[in-house]
Amino acid sequence: MAFIRVTSPHAHTANTTQDIMRWVILATLPGLVALTHFFGWGSIINVLISCLTAIACEALMLSLRKRPILFYLKDYSALVTGILLGLALPPYAPWWLVVIGSTSAIILAKQLYGGLGYNPFNPAMVGYVILLISFPVEMTRWAIPTTLLSDGQTLPSLGTALQTVFGSGGVDGYTGATPLDLFKTQQGLLVEQINAAEPIFSLASFAGAGWEWVNVAFLAGGLFLLYKRAFTWHAPVSMLLALSIMTFLFYGGGNSESGGSLMLHLFSGGTMLGAFFIITDPVSSAVSNKGRIIYGAGIGILIYIIRVWGNYPDAIAFAVLLMNFTAPFIDYYTLPRTYGHSKSTRATRGRDL
Amino acid sequence: MNTTSDDIVTENEPTQEALAASDINYSEITKNGLWSNNPALVQLLGLCPLLAVSGSVVNAIGLGLATLLVLIGSNIVVSLIRNIVSDAVKLPVFVMIIASFTTCTELLMRAYTFELYQILGIFIPLIVTNCAILGRADAFACKNKVIPSAIDGLMMGLGFLLVLVCIGAIREVFGAGTLFADMQLLFGEAARDWKITVLGDNYPGFLVAILPPGAFLVAGFLIAFKNMIDNYNEKRRLAAQPKKIIKGAKRVRTTGSIS
Repeated sequence: MAFIRVTSPHAHTANTTQDIMRWVILATLPGLVALTHFFGWGSIINVLISCLTAIACEALMLSLRKRPILFYLKDYSALVTGILLGLALPPYAPWWLVVIGSTSAIILAKQLYGGLGYNPFNPAMVGYVILLISFPVEMTRWAIPTTLLSDGQTLPSLGTALQTVFGSGGVDGYTGATPLDLFKTQQGLLVEQINAAEPIFSLASFAGAGWEWVNVAFLAGGLFLLYKRAFTWHAPVSMLLALSIMTFLFYGGGNSESGGSLMLHLFSGGTMLGAFFIITDPVSSAVSNKGRIIYGAGIGILIYIIRVWGNYPDAIAFAVLLMNFTAPFIDYYTLPRTYGHSKSTRATRGRDL
Repeated sequence: MNTTSDDIVTENEPTQEALAASDINYSEITKNGLWSNNPALVQLLGLCPLLAVSGSVVNAIGLGLATLLVLIGSNIVVSLIRNIVSDAVKLPVFVMIIASFTTCTELLMRAYTFELYQILGIFIPLIVTNCAILGRADAFACKNKVIPSAIDGLMMGLGFLLVLVCIGAIREVFGAGTLFADMQLLFGEAARDWKITVLGDNYPGFLVAILPPGAFLVAGFLIAFKNMIDNYNEKRRLAAQPKKIIKGAKRVRTTGSIS
């Protein structure tokens, strides 16, 4: 019996930035489809505006910095930043909001620091935070999911959506609070009472109407990326685990002081988008596996703290930026042991000698 | 030898101080204060008040003027007592002098511009800790005569004030869409109409420009802009210089032996 023998090397080519970015773009598709299904055309318009602005800004900055434009545009990193920002912004946001966010993400957070690989902070999240602290009204006006629309009401058509984004008319009938927002503002009620009183919870299968499936879709995209080995499991798993542990510790049996259920925290807001698409950014996160576990856990804990005791209903962006600060520090203390050496050496010690 | 007064020292022996005083160049001092050694853009001193209260033009002018007053006063007094104070107690004495002037300024502002005083709040007393002032006392005033020190204080203060007003104006335009709003706090009721609405009445306001991150961003861009101008001038200066001609053959020998 003959076996087909394949000799090494088994890997033909190294993973290029281009390939990984392409997989990331592909993996956001389920999330985008879910967002469009539940909230209408808003997210697609966001993503398009954001991507166009991101690419234009990247090209502009590259030409100002006298770098080859096409070579850097072809690594798709600006496109990924644009897509992630577009997904994170509320649907039907005015066009200038998206443009400002995308511009500051690419110019301020990425190119001014030296472009891809040199940015200490996640560009998409910097853009998001600048918008969140500058325009709190526009940034907290989320659309309501299709599940909650009253009888006879349908999602806004493409024309209406474009009119809302580029014109001045608002879609007042279509905006509402997010599950996290609602939960935060319901002071002094038991978790059961909130779940019964608010349709966004009572009409949902396990977390919040619409939101749960958006998060499931992002989870699916993330698992695809894990399967493709675009990143390691350490950061996302550790973040979700830390968030879950915090939820268990402070659930308090669903009393009026409760921080919310496990499902609410895992499948609402931007949890899954953050866990698989934001914190896995190889540039701004910690480098080693052990470092990524600490990095992810820090983000999970911070998300819970800001969501439950802070001023904002969701906290992915703030938590990610805060932990981006600490990534070099984590790297310093989690240097892996080099093969053949008994102890890992500190990153800076060699230079002192 | 017991040095009792300035004149004896300078007349009898040319000390280092006298030498320094003889070639005082006022245009140099002016240029240093306003541009090439600007306290805010080059020395990066006094950033805390610079970043914290430059949210609007009126705040910037208020704090800039207060700093200017303290800086001139402290430079004059430090220069007056420069030969009596020993090195050991120099710094505490400087801080005492600066603190006295700061208190004077604070009382003045409380008397004449009370509302602005309330807006600027803790940053008026904090002028004491502004390193730009202590820096000038230590680097210039305690080595120079009174009039050059006063001019130095004026120019450094003006340089600081100009940068403050620039940052204030940029942040006010982007943050609130207006320019020169609330000037009546500083210049009386007549200044109420100075307000210009730059970006229209429907401008939503870009809050990040008003918040501290905006101050860092604007200050960073100003510093970059100044460096850009400096580089450009330097390049032009080098290009304008005639190239030195080096004598001798320019051809490289590729054959034969080099003797």
